Amino acid sequence: MNTASVSLGASASSQSRFMQLALAAFLGIFVMGFVGFSHIDAVHNAAHDYRHSMGFPCH
Amino acid sequence: MTLFRNVVFIAAIAGLVAGVVLACMQAYATVPLILKAEVYEQAGGGHDHAAAPAATGTMAMSSAAPAPAEAMAPAEDEGWAPADGFERFGFSVVANIVTGIGFALVLVAVSEFAGGIGNWRQGLFWGLAGFAAFTLAPGLGLPPELPAMPAADLVQRQIWWWATVVATAAGLGLIAFRRSLPLAVLAVALIAAPHIVGAPQPDSFETAIPEGLHHQFVVAVTLTNLVFWLVLGAVVGVVRGRFTGTATSLRDSFA
Repeated sequence: MNTASVSLGASASSQSRFMQLALAAFLGIFVMGFVGFSHIDAVHNAAHDYRHSMGFPCH
Repeated sequence: MTLFRNVVFIAAIAGLVAGVVLACMQAYATVPLILKAEVYEQAGGGHDHAAAPAATGTMAMSSAAPAPAEAMAPAEDEGWAPADGFERFGFSVVANIVTGIGFALVLVAVSEFAGGIGNWRQGLFWGLAGFAAFTLAPGLGLPPELPAMPAADLVQRQIWWWATVVATAAGLGLIAFRRSLPLAVLAVALIAAPHIVGAPQPDSFETAIPEGLHHQFVVAVTLTNLVFWLVLGAVVGVVRGRFTGTATSLRDSFA
């Protein structure tokens, strides 16, 4: 264990760090958007109770 | 891509734990209320985007035979749906875990920009912020709705929902991480703006759902989400602490 391993990827440059974090955030938003907000009927029906229980706009 | 991989790893663990906790809470707190509301929904003539209830009334009077076919129509219109009972519950659990990981990805990525969540206590505060941005603020303009409740156009509500989440999160971030009075004023304006604009509302609020049932549902949704966010933040703090070894060294991780 060297000192670089104490943070999440301290060796990355600041630009690369920004890109990787932004990529992770967009992946998360995409997942939430697909399960919670997509207009595909089958996805809506499968996650119906979840959408209502999260207070997401539904129907 | 070590950073990306670590973020995904932490988010996967935290999302899994918090998603399972949320699914369990929903099974007891919110889903029974949704099922109750669906009884009113079916009594009132099916989904609001299903066949008009007036048509089924006249059909039933003229002859008995077509009535069952009319009653089946709403289900056919909406395509595949999981069977009631275990299958429906199973899909809810999957949705909870998958989106739990989605929420966790956003939480971990955003918190890394601000220095990272160092321990479970910091995680609780980050969880409170997530709860305020994703549940409290959108829920003020668009209270959690039960099936069969009147609502404005879906796309407009979804746009308002996302805009409110972004504005509230940005406002909270400015208050927490910028020590400047003008920026704090801007933060308050950002948090208030979506509610001044106003959420899209239906033309009429008339519904068969009793007000007591809806109120109970709003409380259940808000509380289950609060616990979900607190668990999510705390687990991120614990798992990230394991990753980085010591909490004190977190200061080095961001310039």
